[in-house]
Amino acid sequence: MTYIRPKFRHPDLKTNDLGYTKTVYEGSLSTLCAGCGHDSISAAIVQSCFELAIQPHRLAKLSGIGCSSKTPAYFLSQSHGFNSVHGRMPSVATGSNLANKELIYFGVSGDGDTASIGMGQFVHVIRRNLNMVYIVMNNGCYGLTKGQDSATADEGSKSKSGSVNMFNAIDLPSLALELGAGFVAQSFSGDKAQLIPLIKAAIKHPGFAIINVISPCVTFNNNPGSTKSYDYVREHIELTSTVDFVPFQEEITTSYEAGAEQDITLHDGSHLQLHKLESEWNPEDRMSAITALQKTKINGEILTGLIFIEPESKDLHHVLNTVDIPLNQLTAKELCPGSVALEELNAELR
Amino acid sequence: MKFFFLFKLFVLKPTDIKDPEYYHKVVDCQYACPAHTPVPEYIRLIAAQKYTEAYMVNWESNVFPGILGRTCDRPCEPACRRGRVEDEPVAICRLKRVAADNKSNVSALMPKAPFPSNSKKIALIGGGPASLTVARDLAPLGYEIHLFDDQNRAGGMMRSQIPSFRLPEHVINEEVGFILDMGIHTQFKTRVESLKDVIAKDYDAVFVGTGAPKGRDLYELPGRQEGDANIHIGIEWLASVAFEHTSAIGKKVIVLGGGNTAMDCCRTSRRLGGAEVKVVVRSPFNEMRASPWEIEDAMHEDIPILDCHVPKSFVVENGKLKGMMFEKVIAKYDDKGGRALVNAGEADVFIEADDVLIAIGQSTSFTWIERDLGLEFNKSEMPVVDAVTYQSTLPKVFFGGDAAFGPKNVITAVAQGHQAAISIDLFCSGESLKNRPSPFVNLVSQKMGIHEWSYDSMVEIDNRQSVPLVDKKLALSDRKVEVELGFDHLHGFTEAQRCLNCDVQTAFSENKCIECDACVDICPTSCITFIPNEEDESALRLKLTMPANNHDQAILISDAVPGTKRVMVKDEDVCLHCGLCAERCPTSAWDMQKFFYSVTKAGNQCQIAVK
Repeated sequence: MTYIRPKFRHPDLKTNDLGYTKTVYEGSLSTLCAGCGHDSISAAIVQSCFELAIQPHRLAKLSGIGCSSKTPAYFLSQSHGFNSVHGRMPSVATGSNLANKELIYFGVSGDGDTASIGMGQFVHVIRRNLNMVYIVMNNGCYGLTKGQDSATADEGSKSKSGSVNMFNAIDLPSLALELGAGFVAQSFSGDKAQLIPLIKAAIKHPGFAIINVISPCVTFNNNPGSTKSYDYVREHIELTSTVDFVPFQEEITTSYEAGAEQDITLHDGSHLQLHKLESEWNPEDRMSAITALQKTKINGEILTGLIFIEPESKDLHHVLNTVDIPLNQLTAKELCPGSVALEELNAELR
Repeated sequence: MKFFFLFKLFVLKPTDIKDPEYYHKVVDCQYACPAHTPVPEYIRLIAAQKYTEAYMVNWESNVFPGILGRTCDRPCEPACRRGRVEDEPVAICRLKRVAADNKSNVSALMPKAPFPSNSKKIALIGGGPASLTVARDLAPLGYEIHLFDDQNRAGGMMRSQIPSFRLPEHVINEEVGFILDMGIHTQFKTRVESLKDVIAKDYDAVFVGTGAPKGRDLYELPGRQEGDANIHIGIEWLASVAFEHTSAIGKKVIVLGGGNTAMDCCRTSRRLGGAEVKVVVRSPFNEMRASPWEIEDAMHEDIPILDCHVPKSFVVENGKLKGMMFEKVIAKYDDKGGRALVNAGEADVFIEADDVLIAIGQSTSFTWIERDLGLEFNKSEMPVVDAVTYQSTLPKVFFGGDAAFGPKNVITAVAQGHQAAISIDLFCSGESLKNRPSPFVNLVSQKMGIHEWSYDSMVEIDNRQSVPLVDKKLALSDRKVEVELGFDHLHGFTEAQRCLNCDVQTAFSENKCIECDACVDICPTSCITFIPNEEDESALRLKLTMPANNHDQAILISDAVPGTKRVMVKDEDVCLHCGLCAERCPTSAWDMQKFFYSVTKAGNQCQIAVK
């Protein structure tokens, strides 16, 4: 009987700038299937928040319904959480963000929750450029209802029961690019070295940041013929670049050979250092990002890494020109300035 | 395949888990035990209240579970993994006592004499733990064993030097009795004065287990002769108390020395009328040789320990000992770790005493061995003994226990006794003594189903239980009242549950691994890393998620995993053996497998003949 995780940790665990060990960012023990890709993503989220020294109470994790949407229970147990209705996480996130823009909003969704029932909400949250991280744990099937093909299952992909998917897949990164997302990345649950810097950069991005993470369903979609299995994804991964996230306090010391290196300064002064492996791709150019995605798709490969970034993205609050103080902190005094102010306003309009 | 790894030509080879010593080393307690007692195995039996079975697992390896459960030097406990993940090790030694205290009648489980004879005769000189171990191993094989001891009962130093309040006589009698009941021919009150005479008789082999019976003295110290009536050698004095020749001591007592004998001397003195007993030791307190728990027990009985006091003289007035003068010193250390005690620049200290006990070490005594027998001695007057076979340069004479390599402890004597018995058996069968038997090992999966293992893998966070003690007043009033009461069933269970089951090994099969990272993510102590292989182990150790800086502990390196050709590296150092890696593994690439390791005893080495 080992579904209780021992309390002991490695005695030499490192602490972050807040003096916390990684333990502070952990959640309860996962109840997902053993070997689920989602658990690796949870671990990457824990590691990213630990490394960024985020105060756990300054982060809100939001999710919808599905295996993926269960995961917020498995990380950051000291943060805020909202497990919403199926596919409706974006509207809860929008409401929360409008009310209190000072929290970090961390949305977790799956391929069903995003690309099927939640598609309507998904496209609009991109359109509005809500300042949040949106992670799709994409396994190409409905794991919670025994593995039916989802809307992101590739055409021709074979399910565990042997049936072949007849429909085209919705490509979430392409869709996000099309709708104007300012941060688009794609990764693989089995590659934390890539996923962790991407999550860190996504948290720092001042607008909507989506990371589509291929996360194999070990129970229903890890069979030969599936295009979302561990083996298939490993065989067909194409990297845009290697990614290094450098917090703004740190001095950049690494240097790559000229031409291959690209340094992107993020909004808060942190850096993303990319060692480019795709020569014709420029992560700051939407057209080249779309081309790179399409090209790899035609070649039957899966492009992972940072795909597109617009460092100075203008989020919803900026567009709506809201006040600097979070709305939930406004009191009756500010909201109802009184008859004198009304008189002055009216006078201006005369 | 688009992962970019630089493949090196010469990379580390996967760990050879077929070598029984690899997994053996992971079981820290068992590895540290000189007799390699399967500790986790018997602790699980204690938790299951199978005390008799737990006792027999012990008995097979260490022969004296009841005695050792009270008096062992516990090399296992500092080695315990628990000490590396929290503060205190499992109370292994006192758990052993739980098995001994609560066992049912085990006589039916003991080898039953008479045994069919093999017409060989063995003489054992000295009746202590080493000789008794040889007797136990050889008697069931049909050897006729003749045991000589100058006391009237067997047990050696266990009987004469360990006070009854730590080790009651009935415990010695029972465990020594199990062996003597195997038809051992005992010749007590028989002091062997000549090895030549013994050899002249028709013994096929002779085993010398005479211990280290000579206590060191301070002949040179002024006043030693004049005060002789009240100056005693620690081990001799303890023996004379044990055999009831001595029943009182002065009110003020000085005990010289910082070892376990000194602790026994001072605590015995407290029981024989010593009201002001002081231990005076040359070295600084933290360098005393006594086990920490024995020092603690002495201090609990209101015995002060004065460190950094070097004896200068015995002060005798009118032929009567008055006390001792000491020089105060401080310890100075050089770069090489050498220590010098230098005068502290303080006035000499006088300490009053009616009696002084000298417990500053003991040594072997071989005046009874003639030097013309072909049995070589080295410069320090120790017999030349092979460290593996325990054979002397006179082929039919074997040594073991303190007599072989100087004073150590009971469990070492037992371990050496086992090895000497193997040698004697090989010698008497005309085989080469180099044909040491391989250990008996077994490795078997503990998986019973989903979330189900045949061992209790939950890691308890309870702290170490302390052993309840008898009321101090009562303890000090009678030297035969045992101070430690031992764990009751509940405390025994709680303590047993603290054991991490290090013998249940994390076995990894790379060919089943799909690299889903489930084990990496779940491991509470972050000891699993998938990483490109390296040429050099030190380099690899540094690159792990948590660098494996404890080089005393091995790292388990797998072969290349099929997917990314990386290797799995597991640092054995702080692995909790909780089994979560195996629990979360979707393909059973990880499995929890119980590793049983037992040192083969004499007569069971049939596999050698096959070779």
